[in-house]
Amino acid sequence: MSRLMSWRELEIGCVVPEPGNSVRYKTGSWRALRPVLDKSKCIKCLLCWVYCPEPAIVRREDDSVEIDYDYCKGCGICANECPVKAITMVAEAGGE
Amino acid sequence: MAAVTQVKGQRRVGMTGDEAVAYAVKQADVDVIAAYPITPQTIIVERLAEYVNNGELNAAFIPVESEHSALSTCVGASLAGARVFTATASQGLALMYEILWIASSMRTTIVMALANRALSAPINIHCSHDDAYAARDTGWIQFFAENVQEAYDLTIQAFRVAEDKRVLLPTIINLDGFILSHSLEGLYVLSDDEVRKFLPPKEPVNPIDVEKPMTYGPLALYDYYYEFKRAQAEAMKTSYPVILEVFKEYEKVSGRKYAPVKAYGMEDAEVAMVILGSSAGTARYVARRMRERGEKVGVLSLTLYRPFPEKEIVKYLKNVKAAVIMDRSYSFGSPGAQLFMDIAAALYNEGERPLLINAIYGLGGRDLTPEQVEAAFRAAFEAAKTGVVKEREIWLGVR
Repeated sequence: MSRLMSWRELEIGCVVPEPGNSVRYKTGSWRALRPVLDKSKCIKCLLCWVYCPEPAIVRREDDSVEIDYDYCKGCGICANECPVKAITMVAEAGGE
Repeated sequence: MAAVTQVKGQRRVGMTGDEAVAYAVKQADVDVIAAYPITPQTIIVERLAEYVNNGELNAAFIPVESEHSALSTCVGASLAGARVFTATASQGLALMYEILWIASSMRTTIVMALANRALSAPINIHCSHDDAYAARDTGWIQFFAENVQEAYDLTIQAFRVAEDKRVLLPTIINLDGFILSHSLEGLYVLSDDEVRKFLPPKEPVNPIDVEKPMTYGPLALYDYYYEFKRAQAEAMKTSYPVILEVFKEYEKVSGRKYAPVKAYGMEDAEVAMVILGSSAGTARYVARRMRERGEKVGVLSLTLYRPFPEKEIVKYLKNVKAAVIMDRSYSFGSPGAQLFMDIAAALYNEGERPLLINAIYGLGGRDLTPEQVEAAFRAAFEAAKTGVVKEREIWLGVR
């Protein structure tokens, strides 16, 4: 975590002047359940990639996917949408 | 006191309080007006609609479906860089309530005229200060006008204060509903040129700009919310010396002198009255008659309500024996009504301080009579003489 600013350093009116800075806010630690992908079952339909609200599903050149655990909050939408049950949600055991 | 002085070139005109505010807003050359009609401010917005329709004022007049939308529109327009005005009263302000906090926290520079009106129920359209008091903790600067001239002058000055880069806070001008909003008085007005010189175009800080995207109104939890509030507190504190500066600058242009607190008879007063808004004149009238009879009474009336002119109040009150604090509202279950609590808190740490009585008066537009004012002074004299406050709370003229 970067150093927290004092009130004297803040922009006026709660403005955040730097666009796109939320990439620095890693939300993976929120996760209680972890999606685990079985690549042998994946049919590259990309439904998980479409539905992921983060996006924490990374699409590769060949339409295979990987899960970005830095941002995945463990909502389970991908596992729910997967038509071939290639993603299963497993309990996090005290971290990634 | 803002004595009406003739300054070369100033026109004398007859206007109601509402018309005077609208005229000042036109001269301030605002960019955006969004408001919803509510008595007793309706005439302000009607006049502004006419000015825009006639081509006398080049502004976007945005009709909305509620006061909540009116103030939300103003927030967006102000952040986009516009000079913005709205007006409301009573229930309308209540409907704006959540946006009042957002407008100040996001450091918009909206100027609002509040034609003070009692909150329902029962439904009433006349003056109480319930609405002004309801906004006291929301981070808006607040002025109180005593007459139509002040309503005009304070409206012009409010834009300068709100938009000052050391301040950047929304600002309310209170004018007593009907007593000022609908009373025709003679007043001096500046020329458009003089107002334009006094109020140069707004220079927005961090305006919305598609070429330079920023996040406005982000989420800030326990990591940053606290710091943002501390910074906002500082802005309100900083506004006080800026307001004094603006008063001085305005005096140069207008010849009319403004101060956070107007004092009458306080140089030798034994008992004092503190009051807001149009009733200050009645209080001074009674004080003058009593002083002619050798009774040493004084009157303090506040032109500036937020930030509260604490030091000034203490300076004037610490040496009187008793003071009666006049509230045109009531705070149910509180240890005194709103102005009373402010003043009691301001004086508490002083070694020498007066006994305090809280007089409730004029709710829902009931007239405050000179006899009632005198009765309030008598209660203060009694406390000063005996050293005891028999009744801390008195209701003047209630049946």
